[in-house]
Parts: sequence; structure tokens; C-alpha cells
Amino acid sequence: MAVRSKTFRESYYEDIKLFQTIWIRVWMVIFLVLLGTLPLWGNPYLVYLINLSSITVVAALGLNLLIGYTGQISLAHAAFIAIGAYTTAILSSKVGLPFWICLLASGGMSAAVGCALGIPCLRLKGLYLAMATMSFSVVVENVLITWDKLTGGVRGIHVAKVSVFGFRLDTDDKIFYFLLIITALVILGIKNLVRTRVGRAFIAIRDRDIAAEVIGVNITAYKVMAFTISSFVAGIAGGMYAYTMGHIHPEHFTVLLSIQYLAMIIVGGLGTILGSIFGAVFIVLVPEFIKAFSRFLAVLIPGLKGQYNEEWNIAAFGLLIIVFLIFEAEGLNGIWRRIKTSFKNWPYTY
Amino acid sequence: MEKGLSYFIQVVASGVAVGCLYALIALGFVLIIKATDILNFAHGEIIMISALLCYFLMAKFHFSFLTAALVTVVVAALLGVLTERFVLRPMLGEPVFAVVMITIGLSIFLRSMAGITFGHDNYVFPTPFPKEPVHIAGVTLSMTQIWVMICTAILVALFFVFFKYSRMGLAMRGTANDQETALLMGISTKRIYAMVWGIAFVTAAVAGIFLANTMIVNIGLTFVAISAFPAIILGGLESVPGAIIGGLAIGVMENLVGGYLDPIIGGGLKDVTPFIILFLILMIKPYGLFGKKEIERV
Repeated sequence: MAVRSKTFRESYYEDIKLFQTIWIRVWMVIFLVLLGTLPLWGNPYLVYLINLSSITVVAALGLNLLIGYTGQISLAHAAFIAIGAYTTAILSSKVGLPFWICLLASGGMSAAVGCALGIPCLRLKGLYLAMATMSFSVVVENVLITWDKLTGGVRGIHVAKVSVFGFRLDTDDKIFYFLLIITALVILGIKNLVRTRVGRAFIAIRDRDIAAEVIGVNITAYKVMAFTISSFVAGIAGGMYAYTMGHIHPEHFTVLLSIQYLAMIIVGGLGTILGSIFGAVFIVLVPEFIKAFSRFLAVLIPGLKGQYNEEWNIAAFGLLIIVFLIFEAEGLNGIWRRIKTSFKNWPYTY
Repeated sequence: MEKGLSYFIQVVASGVAVGCLYALIALGFVLIIKATDILNFAHGEIIMISALLCYFLMAKFHFSFLTAALVTVVVAALLGVLTERFVLRPMLGEPVFAVVMITIGLSIFLRSMAGITFGHDNYVFPTPFPKEPVHIAGVTLSMTQIWVMICTAILVALFFVFFKYSRMGLAMRGTANDQETALLMGISTKRIYAMVWGIAFVTAAVAGIFLANTMIVNIGLTFVAISAFPAIILGGLESVPGAIIGGLAIGVMENLVGGYLDPIIGGGLKDVTPFIILFLILMIKPYGLFGKKEIERV
């Protein structure tokens, strides 16, 4: 019986293949079948959570492309998601356009704004960039509230239901497949992007921008490209969010949401695709863990009953960022990889 | 014409009062950046927590204003030292990115903890300053505004003396200038860092207490710290005089826009003005008025 070695690849192509081994392919198929039949065996709440996760995965991938791969700190992700969500809401309910135009327009609108933000931010990095993007986010939030003729102001705005070829996707079960397909497309797209020349240029800029420029990477073009692609993906996620929720509101898109997305990619693992997925699903599930835990505590200590509120989730996000940065900089993806190698090399694990 | 001029002076004077608060907040940011190269995103939370703590000490425990303020300042200093010890010290030598992220994590952690402890209600601070406005040379100011200006001036003077003449201040300047050389000279940089965080949090607490006097006290006070970003960018990230000049300039400009442009376009512009200024500065002069230009080597 052939023993699998640690890394034994005969060609460059094998090294950059999407699915490295036959087993990964088998597991992928099993996973996809389970996920695809979820509405048949899962309860509605689980379907709702997975819907939320797939939207979050898309947005987290966009942010990871910008922060994890290109190394540009951005606190404006919520603003791009908001632009996408509002574009979809306005186009679908006020103009009545079909879903694919709405989603593409959301992505395009966000990308245009992202490109416009990326150009003045070219000279900035680190602290300056974080401050500039955070201020941008504040400005967008203010615009959403003040420009109430277009956005509905603090009352929010209604979104028409999606209809695909005449089917109205008006329940969580029905919209599930719609979200799943878009998410799969975005994951594939980004996974492919980062293994091309463009992806390698992003990584070079992250690791040492000046060195990258010296060996011929056009920093200007690639930085703007990273901003544009990241906000395009965020815009699509915004559109998906608008369709799923049916009603959106400026309060959904504060700086806090950007920080939540930061928490996701840090907890999941910066600069990895799998990490973004882990992180997004994990952060969506955190409130559920906390709810379950507080119910458990309330059984033990009756005085704690009904003490749970949203604040604890946010506190948990903050704590997770701190703990993961101090103790596990590679995130969940790092833990996952370590477990995997340890099984793979058994009994010679070290 | 006479009326126009007095309106202008009035707008500028209240701008200076707001600017003093921005300057105080900016000072806290700059102290930390100068010594440790960290932008503390949790600064606004310290301001908010100080304001709420001071309010609760006065309203619930019937402290007098001065004792409440004193207790708040001491608590803030302790919080600063603890933050440095348990959150920032493990991150020594990590990339800027990770350190920025960790202060962001700290900020939302503190904010939600404050929400859990103090609740989300709006409180009206029992201000110790008399309500009647004061007229000086045709300009009307509230007593609070005058005290803000006086206290900022005193604090800035104290800092100046501390950094210029005291041994500790000299050690801090040395550490900010070159950490390794400072270590070789026998300066305990760990102690310096803890002190810097403590002092910066004290400035935040003072700013918080004064903000409590001028605004409604609630969790939303953290937002004021973000409004001070333009001030530190304008002054240059590492410059103490820059922070003060930047703060004053932003305060005055914000009030000028509020006083002259808002009535024309129908409001809403005043709140965004600092951020528009921030973008303009970043595009024209990214290192601000007094910031040091970074020269990078590969």
C-alpha cells in the first residue's frame, strides 16, 4: 500500500490545483450533497442560519482579498455592503428590474465607489488607511440617513422579492439555493483569482510593497484592483442580504459591522479562502453559542434568566479578535491545517 | 457689517471651545502614537466610560463633582496601565496591522461591556458650572466652554513642562525617538509604555468629563473620538503641538461650516465636515502639518 507522503508533487500544475487530492474531491461531493438537500432534512432555523452564513461568507471573502491577501486595512466594508444593499433595494422595488441586473448593478455600484475610494487611498497604508476608510464609512452612513428621498432615511427601505424565471423566492427554503449558487460562484471566482498572476501580485504587495514595485508589480493598478474587486464582492453580498431580509435599514451597516467582518477574517485566518469561510460561519454561529450557554447558565443560576442581550455577542466578537491575535494568529484555518497534517503524518507527527 | 463681524467672532469662539475638546482627545492619541507607534482605536471608549462613570458616581453615589472627577481620572489611569500590560504587551514586535486590529477588538469589547454595565439610556449630567452664559467683549460663551479652554490650556502647559524638564519626560522622549538606544541607556521601556498609556487615558478621561458637561451622556459618546481623527491627521500623527493646532483648526472649521453653509443647504454638513477635511488633507499632505515623513527601506 502506498503511503501518502507529506508533499510530493511532480509538476507545478499539481501544486496549484484547486482540489489537491482525490479525497478532498470525495469530501467536497459529500459536503455539497448534504448542503444541497438541507431544506429537506434541516429545520427552518438552520436553513435561515445557513442563508445568513452564505451571505456573510461572500462578504468576508471580499474583505479577506483586500486585507488578508493585499494587506490594505479597510474599515469601510460595511459601507460597500450598504451601497450594494441599497442599490438592489432601490432598483428592485422602485424600478422593478430582475434580480440578475440588480445584483450586477449592486456589485458595479460598490465597485465604482470602491475604485473611487481606492485612488485617493493609494498613498496611504497602515494607520492612515484605517482612519481614512473608517471616516468614509461614517460619511456613507450619514448619507444613508440624510438622503431620505432615495434611501428612506431612518425608516429603512423595502425590497421586492426575488423571482427567478417566474418563481417567487419568498421563503428561506426557496432563497436558499439562490444564495448557495451565488456563494459557490464567488468562492470559485476568488479561489481562481488568487492563484493567478493577479493573486500573486496582491500577496507580493502585502509582504513588501516596495520590493514588489522593484520587481515590476504595478502597485497602483493592483491596489486599485484589490479595492474594486473587494467592493464588488461586498456589493453582491449586500444585494443578497437585501433580498434575504426584505427590508433594510441604515443601522444594519454601521462601523460595527465592518469590525464584525474583521473579526471573521482574523478568527478564520487572514489570507486564506477556507479561513474566510470558517470565520464567517463561526461568527454567525457565535450568538447561538452564547444564547445556548446563557440558557444553560440560567438553569444553574435562576437569577441570570433573561439577562441575555445582543451586547454579549459584540463583547464576544471583541474578545475573539483579541484572543485570536494574541494566541492563534493563523486563526481557525491554522488549527484545521495543524490537525490535518498531524493525521496525515501519523504516527510521525511532531 | 458690524453684526456680521460679531456673528463671525461668536462662531469662531465657540469653534475654539469645541476645538479644545478635539485637541484634548487628539493629545491622547498622539501621546500613544509617539511613544509606541500604535493608533489606539479604543480611545473613544475610554472617553465614553469616563463620562458615564463620572455621571454614575455623582448621580447614584452622591459624590461631589471634584471627587467624582478625581476617582474617574484614577480609574482611567489604572485602566490604561492594565490595557498596556495585558493587551498590548503580548503584541510587541507584531506587525502594525495586528496591533491596530487588537485595539479595534478592545474598543468593541469595552463598548459592549459599558453597554451592559451602564445601560443604553440617555443621561443628563448634573453640571457643576453655572447655567448663565458669560459675555466677554461681545462674545457669549457658557461657563463650561470657558472651563474647557482653561483646563486644556493648563493640561497642555503641564505636558510641556513634564516632557521638557522632568526626568521621566526625558525618558519618554528618548523612548519615542529610538526604543533600542533608550533600552541601552538603562531606561525601562516597559515602564515607560505603561506610563504613556496611563497618561493618555487620563487625557481621555478629562475630555470625557468635559464632554459629559456639554452633551447628553450615553454610549454614543465614543463617536467623538472618531471626529478627532481629522485633528491628528491635520497636525501630523506624531506631533503634540500639531494635535493642539489641528484640534483647534478642525473645531473652528466645523463651526464655520455649521454657521455659514448649513443654513444655505439645509443642514447635515457640519457633522461630515471633519471627515471631508480629513480626506482633503490625506490627498494633499498625508503627513499633516508637523508629522515626520517616513522613509522606507526594503
